[in-house]
Amino acid sequence: MAVFSKILTMLRGNVRELGDSIVDGNANTIYEQEIVEAKAHVAKAKIDLTAVMAKEIQAAREIERLNSEIARFENLAMEALQKNAENLAEEVAAKVAETENLLAEQQKSHAEYAGHVQRLKDLIRTAETALREHERQLAMAKTTESVYRATNTISQSMGSSGSKLLSAKESMERIKQRHQDMADRLQAGQVLEGEFSSRALEQKLAAAGIGDGANRSAKVMARLKDRIKQPAQITATASLADDSSK
Amino acid sequence: MDQVINQLLGMESLLSQRLGSAGVTTSALPSENAATVPVIRVSIEGQEELPVFVTASPTQVLCICYLWTEAEVKPERHVEMLEAMMDLNISIPLSNFGRIGEHYVIYGALAADSRMEDIVTEIVVLADNAVEALEVFTQYLT
Repeated sequence: MAVFSKILTMLRGNVRELGDSIVDGNANTIYEQEIVEAKAHVAKAKIDLTAVMAKEIQAAREIERLNSEIARFENLAMEALQKNAENLAEEVAAKVAETENLLAEQQKSHAEYAGHVQRLKDLIRTAETALREHERQLAMAKTTESVYRATNTISQSMGSSGSKLLSAKESMERIKQRHQDMADRLQAGQVLEGEFSSRALEQKLAAAGIGDGANRSAKVMARLKDRIKQPAQITATASLADDSSK
Repeated sequence: MDQVINQLLGMESLLSQRLGSAGVTTSALPSENAATVPVIRVSIEGQEELPVFVTASPTQVLCICYLWTEAEVKPERHVEMLEAMMDLNISIPLSNFGRIGEHYVIYGALAADSRMEDIVTEIVVLADNAVEALEVFTQYLT
């Protein structure tokens, strides 16, 4: 059974309570044991495989050697026949037949080794798949368990620190409120900055002699000077009048 | 324990770099006995209500953010909510929805030998995903 279904079954069952070990400790040990065994199997099969593959290569090499041996003896037998050495030819023919027997034997064992190699390769592949599956199952079991334990730890620390978990809506309200506060502060800051910058603008205008505030002191001076000049003019006209009265 | 603290400090400084001005605090949850699993709590300024918990099993590092409980789900919209989660799962960057007992979670899983930088990326993305998930899914909650 896939570990997905196992975990779902456990979660749907009576182990919903947080913190309960949702995976049987024994099951973990069994998985771990199976993993160790599967690994040992794979390692052994790999050693076997190399040995058998070496034998397969040896057999192939022997077949090649026997083939060339047969060809050589056949040539020798033909030469003997051409030289009418019938007896000698027969002796060589017997040697060929003997070598052919050896060749047949080697071919048979070569085929066996090849079959064995194939079986071992299949075995290793199957064992490795099983191994990966076991490791995945164990990882899932352990993760599920540690997540539930962590949740338990978190709940406990929430409880003990007095900071109880807020409801989602309360949390949202608080976060929104804080964002609103920040936005308000930002806006206030912008207003303030705007005021500062408009004042700065007025100052610039004044410096350039533009607007009401411009050259105020110069205007004041001019006004005062005017005021001083005017009584002088009055006295001047008065004296003029005096002169005329003379 | 020193090693854990050093790792936490490393994680915290990497998180700070990534988050810019937002503050971040990391802490290891106290473990009461040998059976408990080590858990690190990561809290990001501005979203303290949605801390990210980081834990590890032999095969993976898990970053989990607890969203809401079964009890908070409007019964009449339960199936609709589950379907929305299934549909969204593949589009959400790095994170997935899940359920641990009564708790709905959003989580990210990394290989056990992940670099600290990758874990930090996961945490930052997860925290953002969590806020958005809460925002979108409150319609299904009481």
